[in-house]
Amino acid sequence: MTDLIQGANLRGVGIGRGMAVGPILRMPDPLPEPADDTSTIGGDAEKVRAAGALAATAADIRLRGQRAGGAAKDVLDAQAFMAEDPTLKDDVDARIDSGKTAERAVFEAFAAFRDLLTSMGGYMGERATDLNDVSQRVVAHLQGVSAPGVPDPDHSFILVARDLAPADTALLDLEKVLALVTSDGGPTSHTAILAREKSIVAVVGASNALTLTDGQIVIVDASTGIVTVAPNDDEQAAATDTIAARAAAAVAPVGPGALADGTKVPLLANLGSVDGALPAVEKGAEGVGLFRTEFLFLDADRAPTVAEQQEKYTRLLEAFSGKKVVVRALDAGADKPLSFLNDEPEENPALGLRGLRALRANEPILRDQLTALANAQAATDADLWVMAPMVSTVEETRYFTALARELGIKTAGVMIEVPAAALLADRILADTDFASIGTNDLTQYTLAADRLLGSVASFQDPWHPAVLRLVGEVGRAGQKLDKPVGICGEAAADPLLAVVLVGLGATTLSMSPAALADVRSELARFTLQQAQEFAEIALSANSAVEARLAVLAAAQTLTTPSTESE
Amino acid sequence: MADRSVTIASANGLHARPASLFVQEVTKSGLSVEMTKGEKTINAASILGLISLGLQHGDEVALRTDGDNADSVLDDLAAFLTIDHDAS
Repeated sequence: MTDLIQGANLRGVGIGRGMAVGPILRMPDPLPEPADDTSTIGGDAEKVRAAGALAATAADIRLRGQRAGGAAKDVLDAQAFMAEDPTLKDDVDARIDSGKTAERAVFEAFAAFRDLLTSMGGYMGERATDLNDVSQRVVAHLQGVSAPGVPDPDHSFILVARDLAPADTALLDLEKVLALVTSDGGPTSHTAILAREKSIVAVVGASNALTLTDGQIVIVDASTGIVTVAPNDDEQAAATDTIAARAAAAVAPVGPGALADGTKVPLLANLGSVDGALPAVEKGAEGVGLFRTEFLFLDADRAPTVAEQQEKYTRLLEAFSGKKVVVRALDAGADKPLSFLNDEPEENPALGLRGLRALRANEPILRDQLTALANAQAATDADLWVMAPMVSTVEETRYFTALARELGIKTAGVMIEVPAAALLADRILADTDFASIGTNDLTQYTLAADRLLGSVASFQDPWHPAVLRLVGEVGRAGQKLDKPVGICGEAAADPLLAVVLVGLGATTLSMSPAALADVRSELARFTLQQAQEFAEIALSANSAVEARLAVLAAAQTLTTPSTESE
Repeated sequence: MADRSVTIASANGLHARPASLFVQEVTKSGLSVEMTKGEKTINAASILGLISLGLQHGDEVALRTDGDNADSVLDDLAAFLTIDHDAS
């Protein structure tokens, strides 16, 4: 990193290709620890202050929960009960009796509980963050300062933070947030995932972002990862033009996905419900690359009947008349428990009886699902493909493909998420119609890092050359056998990585519909030969970070008019 | 004094959401209720106490309280714990 110069631009990793201009607001820093001074107003007065602050904080949190709704409300309700906790209150009072101020007593009482929860680890340990947040709010109330948390001004702003916690993002007013800039966190951080999901302009991991001060105007350019600090009038005007052009392009009719040389790369949507179908079509999805069927089975104590499933599948297929729809058979396991499928707790759910393994152990459920899909296929003119989740072996591939064909499915394939399946992709593809790579699980299994565990989140980066090499194995096998190879993980939604994946042999890309426009425009910038060069560059890197930077540099060289001649 | 022995039914144990609901039920009853798991006894109106018990699916706990309608309150609370709140 260069020395910090006032006005110097910041560089991080852009999420998507958007741009934004506006004033920044910083997430407030955590409050300093209250000093351990002896109370000057006496224990009774301190207890009244503490009780008032705890009650006011509980009421405030509950109100925020009502505004947020959904899952955030549950988290915030639990936090309100923490502020009202009678055992905690007793502890606060006991500390006040020993001469402490209300601030210090509250701080220490929450810290004691937090340490207890942290020592329990796992899920309990994660609640420690909630407890810290409540503690900060109560102390802020006592000190008469504003509670740390997402700012909520009456104007649009660019939010600058170290990184954002789920509790912060749940309450983010997306109407006002023009962009997100974080100093920490990588492309798979919570902030990045949120930004991708909601199409928010974001640059993450921009060290020195915390040197920005409230009100400073910046330009955030996600396509380059550059944050321009205090831009001049020309720079601001250019940025405003770019934003307007982008907005116009987003509402313009969209064509099919293709590279600059015309190579077709169909862009498909990942969907988790039938209702998502029409919005996806409006955003230009050329079909569905991953339809998750879990929603049909959650909230149920038995599997839905063939007729119930068939009705839903038919509605889905009708929305994609004449188009390809890839449906994934039920993907459940101990990490996504369904009582009627597998209710045995497992030490290592990601490595347990899940995906096709769980279906095979409950074959009637799989047969019903395939039968319902085959019936829906017969009733509509969509091009239905069905794939099995988490296939590890050639034998499993043969089992699923044979069963699907027996029950009338025309096109059957497998998901490649396990390194073993990627390494033997040539043999797997010889026995089935297509493969679709789930990059999230493939990354988790390749790097042996639980994708749900925050402490190893930095490993969960699909740019890792080891992951890309496995993708390349599958791509090569697909080309050799002339079988389609799709990508349906988070990776396909990263525009530049999408180009690399095509270079590695992916023939279709499937993503959340919000990402379609950015990926479509990125693909159109490069030829197949260039995509293959990028793939080589990424494969020869030592790490995910190196791979991304090297490909980004190569892409910029290609698209920046060069003054040098050969 | 009334008491009940209950097995936790929620598939993922008594995590934040069911714990909040349970605390709400206890508070509503107006009685002081104790919950014991193994050696540890907590105030059942304390969400932090509940979380610190680390209740898992299948854990046995004892509920205890005094008061006018102690039996009917404990019946309601016991019933709450024997519903799988993760399935609803």
